[in-house]
Formats: sequence, structure tokens, C-alpha cells
Amino acid sequence: MCLAVPVKIVSIDGDEAETEIAGVRRRVSIVFTPEAKVGDYVLLHTGYAIGVIDEAEAEETLKLLEEMASLSEVH
Amino acid sequence: MKFIDEYQDRKLAQRLARKIAQRSTKTIRLMEFCGGHTHAVLRYGIRQLVPKTIEMRSGPGCPVCVTATVDLDKAIALAHLPGVIVTTFGDMIRVPGSYSSLQKAKAEGADVRIVYSTIDAVEIARANPGRSVIFIGIGFETTAPTIAASVLRAKQEKIQNFYVLSLNKLTPPVMKALLDSGEVKIDGIVCPGHVSVIIGSHPYEFIPRDYGVACAISGFEPLDILLCVDKLVEQIERGEPKVEIAYSRGVKPEGNKRARQLMDDVFEVGEAIWRGIGIVPQSGLKIRGRYKQFDADRAFSVNLKPPKEPKGCRCGDVIRGVATPPECKLFRKVCTPESPVGPCMVSSEGACAAYYQYGATEDLQDF
Repeated sequence: MCLAVPVKIVSIDGDEAETEIAGVRRRVSIVFTPEAKVGDYVLLHTGYAIGVIDEAEAEETLKLLEEMASLSEVH
Repeated sequence: MKFIDEYQDRKLAQRLARKIAQRSTKTIRLMEFCGGHTHAVLRYGIRQLVPKTIEMRSGPGCPVCVTATVDLDKAIALAHLPGVIVTTFGDMIRVPGSYSSLQKAKAEGADVRIVYSTIDAVEIARANPGRSVIFIGIGFETTAPTIAASVLRAKQEKIQNFYVLSLNKLTPPVMKALLDSGEVKIDGIVCPGHVSVIIGSHPYEFIPRDYGVACAISGFEPLDILLCVDKLVEQIERGEPKVEIAYSRGVKPEGNKRARQLMDDVFEVGEAIWRGIGIVPQSGLKIRGRYKQFDADRAFSVNLKPPKEPKGCRCGDVIRGVATPPECKLFRKVCTPESPVGPCMVSSEGACAAYYQYGATEDLQDF
């Protein structure tokens, strides 16, 4: 129920956006994410974008994960 | 797929698990609130990856599972009213009520339709002006804004035949209820990722402050969950419980204000009945008076026989985290996904369904 998947916005038309994931296109409501821009990834939940994915944070987390994992090698 | 594949790196997961094992000295129990997390934990073999001293226990985060039998009975009764179309998310349709299910009602001639989105439910109302279209509004804070949006859309577009049966529930109040009951000792909570996209991290702050329980908000990929477990272990080892976000690409401390505004416009907070837990104050969402024309509870009245629970089903105990699915005598023997006794075996987020599907896995699955 609380499932949400990252989809990419390809175009915006008012409160709605055309999104794409793995070649599948879907029209979604962006009424909760008026800040979303073309090219952004949003979390899609039951036809609505509930949040914009923060790409910088995503990168940061991956870096952190790599660092943490490398710590385990030291011992 | 971007933002998914890179968080599924198996080698990195194994190294992270080693790091957690090196840091962890205490025997602890973590509760994953969200059914989506329970499924990911089992699917990706997280329980086998982390040290045996860390127990992962499933919590009440499955909206279908926590829907009370009396509310299911009401939804089924509404479906039998003349001129009514009941629209619902797919998971609800097979859940047994006291005497029937939405699926049985459909087989008996009721018009019950599965929708992917509340947008579809509003469209069905628009396409059927002579019928009353009722959406069975289940879900937590992730879904409640989408239900609010459907009410606002119906109002704006003057759709007079759309109604919502609001069974929406809120997560922090039920966490409080579980902690207050003290039935199950929890050292840390894997907080729900997509609920938190909406509510942010602040509503959990009472948990470390008042109960000394660690909190970290997690995403749904295996590396997300391991990062969350690492943060929880760190907090517990240091004896410094707090709320951390281990899903920062999706969750901001302040959440999604716009979604909450719409939700607050349409709903007011009230008590709700949770399966296995009972009435929890301030844990439900009711439609505000100014939108009463869309409130199925006000628009329709149905006579209900007293609810009865399925005999021997321990769904309530599983929801509270008091029992694991294999501890229920019906599990796998009488109760299976093909012939479910309780909702925890029906829903794609139910703990029993997850244990049934992945529970026998001893080794880490390929991911």
C-alpha cells in the first residue's frame, strides 16, 4: 500500500506530468509536488508523485555506504 | 532502474552486514513498522545477513491488515446497497469479513471494482452519474493525501456521486499505543519510508525522548535497510536514541508540507479501531464537516451484525509484534495465500504472506 517507485518526469501539463520508468510511460498527478521539474525523479504512489527524489542526497548515501563497507575491511 | 539498482548491490550489502556485526555487542530487537519493510527484509535475506543477536520483528504497518473486521463488514454492506459501486485498492477485495468479503459480494452481484488510484475512482463516478461511487479509503499518511485529493477533485469538478469511507490511519499514535502496552520489548524502530516522505522525521521524536527507543527512517532496498539497521545499532550501542533519516533521497525532516495541507483540509484527526489493538485515540482520519457530502459514513446507513473474528487466527498478535507468523497454528496448514483466514495472509504487505513467500529461505537471495 505504501509502495512508491522512482519515475522520471518527461513533461508537465498543469497538475499532471508524463513520467517514464523502464520504458513504461504513465500520466501522474503532481498536485503534491508543484516544485517538480522535467528531468526530476519523483516517488510515484497510486498515481500521485508524493515527493521529489533528492539526487545529491542519493549520491551522498551511496558514497557513505561505500565508506562504511570499506571500514569493515580494515579489521 | 535508477535509484533502485544501485541500492541492491549484494557485495556491498555483505560488507555492510560485516560492519554491523563488528559494531553490535548487544542482543536487540528491532521492529520494522512497515509491511513493505517486512517483505524486503525477508525477500533479500536481511535476517540471515545481520548477526543472530539482532532480531527483526514485523509491526502493524499494513493498512489492509489493521482494518477492523467491523469496518470490513461495513464496506461489504455498502457494496450490497442498490445503486452503489464500491471502488477499492486490490488487496482489500479478498480479505474475509465476519460473514463475507468484497470478492464474495461481487460474486453475488454487487458492483465492486479494483482501482489503482483514487483518480480512477473519481473517473468511475464521473462516468456513472446515476450511481453512488464509494471509495474504501484505507491507508496511512502515504495514501491519505491522495484520498484527500480525490475529495477535493470531486468538489472542484462538482461530482455529486463520489463518496469516501474513511478508514485512514496514522502511524505515530499507534507506535505510541504499542510502546505504552509494553507487550513486546523493542530497542529500535525501522520507521516507514514513504509515510515519512509525507510526515517527515519530527513526529517520531517522542519515541527516543519518552521511551528511549532508537528510530531510523528507512528506504526499501536492501542497502537502505542495512544502513537503517546500522544507524539503529549505533544509537543503541552508544545509548543515545534519536531519530535519524536513513532514506535522505526521499525523506526531508519537514516532510511534504503541500500533501499535509491538503490532507488537513479534508480530514480531521479522531479515534480509529485497529485490528488486534482496538481503539487508538488520535490515530484515525475522519472527513471534516465542510466535506460531509463526500462522507460515506454520513451519506449511507447500513445494519451490521455483530462482528466475529476468524477462529484461531493470530493476525492481531502478529500486527502487535507479539507473535511471528509461524507461531500461529493455522499458518501454512489452514491459512495460505490461496485460502487466507486472516488479512495478514491476504495483503501483499501482510507479515504472514511475507513469511509464507520467503520464510523458508535460508540463504541470501540473489539481488
